[in-house]
Amino acid sequence: MSGALAYAEIREGTVSRASREAVGLARRIAADAGGETHVVALGPPGTEEAAAQLAGFGADRTWVGESETLALSQPDIAAAAIARLVEAGDYDAVIFAATAQGRDIAPRVGARLGRSVASEVIECRREDGAIVVRRPMYAGKAIATLRFTPGPAVMTIRANVFAPVEESTAGQMSSLDLEGLEGRVRTTALEQGDRDRLDVSEATTIVSGGRGMQGPEHWPLLEGLVEALGDEAALGASRAVVDAGWRPHGEQVGQTGKTVSPNLYFAVGISGAIQHLAGMRTAKVIVAINRDADAPIFGVADYGLVGDVFEVLPALTEAVREARQGS
Amino acid sequence: MNTIVCMKRVPDSATRVRVTPDGAGLDPAGVKYVVNPYDEFALEDAIRRKEEAGEGKVTVVALGPPETAESIRQALAMGADEGILLVCAGSHDALSVARALADEIRGREVDLVLFGKQAIDDDNMQVPQMVAEFLGLPCATVVVGLEISGRDATARREVEGGHEVVEFSLPAVVSTQKGLNEPRYPSLKGIMAAKRKPLEEREVTLDVPTMEFLRLDEPPAPAAGRIVGEGVDAVPELVRALRDEAGVL
Repeated sequence: MSGALAYAEIREGTVSRASREAVGLARRIAADAGGETHVVALGPPGTEEAAAQLAGFGADRTWVGESETLALSQPDIAAAAIARLVEAGDYDAVIFAATAQGRDIAPRVGARLGRSVASEVIECRREDGAIVVRRPMYAGKAIATLRFTPGPAVMTIRANVFAPVEESTAGQMSSLDLEGLEGRVRTTALEQGDRDRLDVSEATTIVSGGRGMQGPEHWPLLEGLVEALGDEAALGASRAVVDAGWRPHGEQVGQTGKTVSPNLYFAVGISGAIQHLAGMRTAKVIVAINRDADAPIFGVADYGLVGDVFEVLPALTEAVREARQGS
Repeated sequence: MNTIVCMKRVPDSATRVRVTPDGAGLDPAGVKYVVNPYDEFALEDAIRRKEEAGEGKVTVVALGPPETAESIRQALAMGADEGILLVCAGSHDALSVARALADEIRGREVDLVLFGKQAIDDDNMQVPQMVAEFLGLPCATVVVGLEISGRDATARREVEGGHEVVEFSLPAVVSTQKGLNEPRYPSLKGIMAAKRKPLEEREVTLDVPTMEFLRLDEPPAPAAGRIVGEGVDAVPELVRALRDEAGVL
């Protein structure tokens, strides 16, 4: 009866979409072995209430750890508590979303357990009982296939690749033992910019601008399209415009920025350098808008539109707004 | 202050990756290798701290094939004082690499162990945290700001849509992100001086990982797309295709 464990991030009383995906994969892995899906949720007092939502996403049991310091991510406490739970339990897999938190914590858990960690997993299956995963390397220019030896398979999963499950369970709640756990690092503040806007790594739709936008003063055109596309959309940028100081590095998509897999990716005025293509080629649908019909971006685009971005963007924004209102 | 900068030699980000026919790994033919770009931020930080303090030592530790010595020389040319190369074929497994690096660092007098936040070949983003766990040290990752006062450190780390402020004491492990500084280019004087700086090479054997590397594949070629048209006139067709064919609007 081996189960699987997922780590859930709760933000403002809601389980993040990326965490629901992690719980969904844990459920599939646990179901293969007839085991239970367990979830760890950490936060300040009162977290239990939000954690109760996890029963609607397939969690058989949620281990809730509450303390005042956990109002912010405390990676050492999280890692120690999870490692202790895994050592005492029987889990085939320990799954984190590949978020800032998940990427920070998962390797600490792996080291504590003496287990290798697979990062940014995009496929996961069982072969003769062993857990086999596939993950991008070289920013997606190649895909590695890896097989865990017997023992917990620790991994982070790429956002927007695995679907969450909506299966209601009895949803047992247990209190996670945090006794004696202290962080070697202490997170003391979270400075968030404009949280009305999603980070490019979390978005299901991305509008990225490149040099063809000709200057930062033209970004309102892209912001208009993002707004028309709805709450799940975010802005991205090519390396050229980040290096030119037009946009912050946090928006950069590509090998030295973020690697993304949204449902829909607009490359606007982006020629398509190899390192940019590496960061977005796994998007499900790619749209390229560029004046140059020979731009390499058209080679990876599902839909291409050749034209002046300054003429096309306002018309596109309007048409998208109408199409979405009509649906 | 004594700083160790852990560094990796990786294919340049402009590399067109080709996988060997047997799927064993990257075909090295025609690949240009560089110092991992994120490691340059770590190196720059270490060198600046030493320059500002007017004392201390910057040691570069790298693990990889013998050619990695060239990359260490580049770091020495930037201003690092000495290099250590742990010679082995390398591994995609972060845990084995982290254990070997921790074994090398353990017992040394070090205040700060710096890494780039990730190597752009394996993209694991794991080694700094694992080394810190093996050494029992604090670890802050993806750092874009680092202030040190006495033995107390405050780091700003990049998270979705903002930054976290993290406090810890030295010695500590920190992984660096673009934005921390602007790495320098080696000067001619630096390049000449690097030739006389100590570079120690030692063979290491890595542990057998708990995750076997089965194979590497090139991703499937993107399905041929289509040009829906030119200019504003093509906008309605593009929106129709996104809504009705692709179902993404």
